[in-house]
Amino acid sequence: MSSDIPGTKDAIQVRLNGKDREIQGGLNVRQLLESLDLHPRLVVVELNREILDRDRYASTLVGEGDQIELVHFVGGG
Amino acid sequence: MTETQTLDTQDADPFVIGGEPFRSRLIVGTGKYANNEVMVDAIRASGADMVTVAVRRVDLDRTKEEAILHHLDPEEFFLLANTAGCYSAEDAIRYARLARAAGFNEWIKLEVIGDETTLLPDTQQTLEAAQVLVSEGFKVMAYTNDDLIMALRLEDAGCVAVMPLASPIGSGLGVVNPYFIREIKRRCEVPIIVDAGVGTASDACITMEQGVDGVLMNTALAAAEDPVAMATAMRHAILAGRHAFLAGRMPSREIAVPSSPSKGMLD
Repeated sequence: MSSDIPGTKDAIQVRLNGKDREIQGGLNVRQLLESLDLHPRLVVVELNREILDRDRYASTLVGEGDQIELVHFVGGG
Repeated sequence: MTETQTLDTQDADPFVIGGEPFRSRLIVGTGKYANNEVMVDAIRASGADMVTVAVRRVDLDRTKEEAILHHLDPEEFFLLANTAGCYSAEDAIRYARLARAAGFNEWIKLEVIGDETTLLPDTQQTLEAAQVLVSEGFKVMAYTNDDLIMALRLEDAGCVAVMPLASPIGSGLGVVNPYFIREIKRRCEVPIIVDAGVGTASDACITMEQGVDGVLMNTALAAAEDPVAMATAMRHAILAGRHAFLAGRMPSREIAVPSSPSKGMLD
């Protein structure tokens, strides 16, 4: 979890869906999903290997070095 | 209501998995279709009410087309998430938890693969994962080999359905061992759904004639030249096989027996 000060605009490094990525600092998970144009109800978020309940998206800040997995349902048998 | 629909599962022959009634004994996958429109049309033509989906990373470059829920209404279909692609109990458990967190239901099609070439299941890992997932409240439908002992163990572990393969995933070889499938059905109390290997309508019909409760297929529809037409054929084949099983077939024998009377012939 983040040790950053909430609201800081400095970019941070995260690992997002297996790729290193620079994102804006100080975002909560809900804001991160919005910035990626993802509907929260269609995505499941795993933060540092723990599933994050949807009601915690807005209160959970994305921090430096976080490992984030965003998954959804796709076609499969 | 069409004639086909009147033949679908009715009160006289209910199809219930884990306490949940389903209309159709055909369960279909949603993978490998040429496009989503054909997929939805084929699923509707199949009559299936339970459909499988996979859990994957969002492709952050092209989200809209691949998210299955942009095309399939979860009010219309019962979503059965799978753990396809997992090679260990640990991975399968992780995928199952992610699937449940999507918020639709606590059902999982448990699939742990043991070999990349044949895609045959790793039944030891499957059993391990099943035990954990059942203890966490999942309704587990376990994909497994056509192996009676493992089927019994998966049932003992609390799976709501055991799903032996007809033949390898995507092979279209049909039921390679009908005797094993019949034996699994005879000995297990939970529904037996044959999952994987059905290639065409006759395969589905022969599978149902073994007395199993249902069939799960994906490639047979998705890879047909006309998936919608094949889905219609499969719907009829599943019903035909089920009815033939319930009707009780005549004994087969290797000598001819005349159908018309031998008495009353002219001199």
